[in-house]
Amino acid sequence: MRPALPPLQFIMSSTDAMSLLPVWVLTGVALLALTVDLFSRKRGAMWSAWVSLIGLFATGLAIWQVRGLDRTVFAGMVRVDPFSQFFSAVIVGVTIVSVLFSWDYLKRTEILRGEYYALMLFAALGMIFMAQANDLIMVFLGLELMSLALYVLAGFRLGRMESTEAAMKYFLLGAFASGFLLYGIAFLYGATGSTNLERISGYLIESPLAGSPLVLLGIALALVGFAFKIAAVPFHMWTPDAYEGAPTSVTAFMAAGSKAAAFAALVRVSSMVLAHVPITTASVLEVVAILTLVVGNVVAILQSNLKRMLAYSSIAHAGYALVGVIAGGPDGHAAVLFYMATYAAMTLGAFGTLTLLGRGMDERVDVRELGGVGKRHPILAALFTLFMLGLAGIPPTAGFVGKLYLFRAGVETHHVQLVIVALLASVVSVYYYLRPVVVMYMQEPSGSPVEVSRSGAASVALAISASITLVVGVLPGGLADSALRSVLSLLP
Amino acid sequence: MNPAFSLFGIPYLSLLVFFPSVGALGVLAVPKARERMARTVAFVVAALEFLLSIPLFTRFQPVAGMQIEERTPWLTGIGSSYHLGVDGLSMLLVLLTTLLTALSVLSSFSAVTERPRAYYSLLLALETAMIGTFVALDLVVFYIFWEAMLVPMYFLIGVWGGERRIHAAIKFFLYTMAGSVLMLVAILWTYFLHHSATGVYSFDLLDWYRLPVPLGVQTWLFLAFAVAFAIKVPMFPFHTWLPLAHVEAPTAGSVILAGVLLKMGTYGFLRFAIPLFPNAALLWMPLLLGLAVVGIIYGALVAWVQPDVKKLVAYSSVSHLGFVMLGMLALNAEGLSGSLLQMINHGISTGALFLLVGVLYERRHTRLISDYGGIWKVMPAFAVVFLIIMLSSIALPGTNGFVGEFLILLGAFRAHRVFAVIASLGVILSAVYMLFMFQRVMFGPVTHPENDALPDLRLREWAVFVPLLILVFWLGVYPAPFLARVQPSLAESASLIERRALLCRTAEARAGRPLSSLLPATPAAPDTAATRQP
Repeated sequence: MRPALPPLQFIMSSTDAMSLLPVWVLTGVALLALTVDLFSRKRGAMWSAWVSLIGLFATGLAIWQVRGLDRTVFAGMVRVDPFSQFFSAVIVGVTIVSVLFSWDYLKRTEILRGEYYALMLFAALGMIFMAQANDLIMVFLGLELMSLALYVLAGFRLGRMESTEAAMKYFLLGAFASGFLLYGIAFLYGATGSTNLERISGYLIESPLAGSPLVLLGIALALVGFAFKIAAVPFHMWTPDAYEGAPTSVTAFMAAGSKAAAFAALVRVSSMVLAHVPITTASVLEVVAILTLVVGNVVAILQSNLKRMLAYSSIAHAGYALVGVIAGGPDGHAAVLFYMATYAAMTLGAFGTLTLLGRGMDERVDVRELGGVGKRHPILAALFTLFMLGLAGIPPTAGFVGKLYLFRAGVETHHVQLVIVALLASVVSVYYYLRPVVVMYMQEPSGSPVEVSRSGAASVALAISASITLVVGVLPGGLADSALRSVLSLLP
Repeated sequence: MNPAFSLFGIPYLSLLVFFPSVGALGVLAVPKARERMARTVAFVVAALEFLLSIPLFTRFQPVAGMQIEERTPWLTGIGSSYHLGVDGLSMLLVLLTTLLTALSVLSSFSAVTERPRAYYSLLLALETAMIGTFVALDLVVFYIFWEAMLVPMYFLIGVWGGERRIHAAIKFFLYTMAGSVLMLVAILWTYFLHHSATGVYSFDLLDWYRLPVPLGVQTWLFLAFAVAFAIKVPMFPFHTWLPLAHVEAPTAGSVILAGVLLKMGTYGFLRFAIPLFPNAALLWMPLLLGLAVVGIIYGALVAWVQPDVKKLVAYSSVSHLGFVMLGMLALNAEGLSGSLLQMINHGISTGALFLLVGVLYERRHTRLISDYGGIWKVMPAFAVVFLIIMLSSIALPGTNGFVGEFLILLGAFRAHRVFAVIASLGVILSAVYMLFMFQRVMFGPVTHPENDALPDLRLREWAVFVPLLILVFWLGVYPAPFLARVQPSLAESASLIERRALLCRTAEARAGRPLSSLLPATPAAPDTAATRQP
């Protein structure tokens, strides 16, 4: 006998509506950004950029308004809790920084069209839904909203073969992943009679059938879907191509935002579902994490295209964050939250720097071309070095503290082997993160030196990313506390 | 006890740690048009820092235990606090650091003309990390300073180094980092041991000193720490990064590397690896002693055949650091005092040797012994300074080297006779390779006409060497003020190691079951750790 379900409530109280304020605001802003573009052929796109920027700040304020709230709304579909607020804030921050990086980059590469910003906002909306999802259907909806917008954004450089290729690969493999996820959801529904995470979790706790093949199959398929989105090996194939071909500002947004959103959903699902399955899914995830760490870090060494190198680095970082998911519990999950926030700042900074390399349509992202940048553009080179060191996890950057929290959680839950693999992988990573630094500071330019574009907006964005990387590295207490407070709402 | 005190409203140790970094920002703020000002600013900062560090010596009380402690909650969530303090062991090393940094800055005045602002600010940032490493009493804080040291050093080698600088810089970085990540695992592991034993999360070293560590895990934890430190020392099989890094680094980089960074390894053994895991250290003692002695002999033999003066000095470091390890592993009063004194001596004499090689290199742009000859005639004052420093390096009585080496051999002879006997061969060998080199460089006719007109030491160069010469004789003739200050701390270290060895054994016996049931890890884990040793 399945437990009788209470009747679904579709009536929304005004507090429920209030708690969704950030989502309302963001939806409105996205629609507005799409509309203002129509009014002026020449300047519409920049109006749309301004609307997006101001609207994102308004969304940030709205998130501040609903802070601390913990409610389940829309008949259990959406959960507005500190966990989702943490991720919403990260996502809005990521989007603001990405908009700033796009500001002049779109102009110089001549792909400035208004729908760009609207698409970015819709993607951000999808990401927030993923963080708020309390129901597998909602996870799926958020994922699709995000992915569809990103597919278009990846192919935004019309007429450029690589961009179209990126969009195509991303779309095909992404659709495949969505299929897996949906299939998994179907099995879970078949086994437990619900797609609601709380009910599934309740069922798994009470029912002796928790370890039934149907449940396990559903979980396995859903995990494949997530593995695609976080770019975990062996489901990472799309990442280098999509990251390389997409406009660099979009790559920055994808690397930081969609990874954070996918981890948000994964953490919630794993704490509510995976934790209650009798056989350990952690060992499967552990294999995935080890593969991800090894393949990501080792293959990154071979890349000379910086975008591809950072793509493999982003794969590797999914591996580090998985250590926290595997460790589980408040400490492990808080470490994932902390890591996603800091990783977002560092990876945005790294890709953001790339948006400035080259002038006009000419983009210079080959590491061998960076010779002499350290001398001619000292500030840019210093910032890029900071991001590289942060990603490599060298103190006193946020990257080190993030890894410290993750590995602490890993050792605490007896995953010492995994932590050792992760640490050795991070030694390997030093090699490729230092490579651009070596070229920038220690080698003379070969061929024509790289021109650097100037952009006020991008400078602001770089300053934001750099200060987060440094300040959180030295004083991580505040962010760590808020990450820990945020995951407490995941506890039953 | 000596409590914390403040200077200019800032806690003293924090001021000491962070003043050079603030100075580094000052160096960066020098306008580009007046780039050459950077060296003056940097020297003023480094000299002030040295003056600032003098109260450390004068106000230091010759008692056991930590002094001038500072503690502020930092990562409260995981039980790490910003905890600094000094005892006799770290006090002298901090002074050595501030002195050598100031002299390195002074010695770079004419050698470094390219991007001086970046160069000097990195040197000062490095000083912050070095001092931080010596005074940190919280393992997270220690680890952060330890790792942060790599970055400025990497740039100093990689940007201002010789021909193969990039290779040397990367090898240095990867070697050291590979060792230290294993240490991070061990730190986390011990941290959870502490939690399961006491229920308190703490990264504080003084708390850890009270923790009985189960014998079964000690081996793994000790090895993880020991590998990290052995790479830094460097002990025999882990030394290959050192000659490369030394040869390619600019003079100041070599001085800091040899003078201070290598001491981090020996300091780490004495502060962390041995006291925290004493039973494992005793168990592995024969291996460590063997490696130390092999290092002494091997380093000396390889130094003998080097055609390059700088490489010769680099290999002599491997040999000297072997002595330091030998004395430390004796774990008695003589051995430990000799070991600490020899750390300081090596910083002074090898630092000075690198500076001397730098003086030659600046004039002739070659380091090959065969390119010199008859230098005594051309640069008599230089030759005399070289002679004194060389004699201190081969431990002639009356110089600082003698006191250190004598105490080391005395201690080692009492504790491990066979090893001491073999090691004393190294004393002879060191005289052989040094004198052989000195003879070829200094005596005989001037075979290369380019050497005829080399200018002798300049005033600035005198300013670099005079403090070092004073220390050579001071420590050689009257080391009492130094030894008296450090001996209580060293005696405390020795007794701490003994107490903890007993504590761990009795805790294990009283529990009636192996304490390994408290492990925060499955038994499979150590296997991975073992096979991963580089």
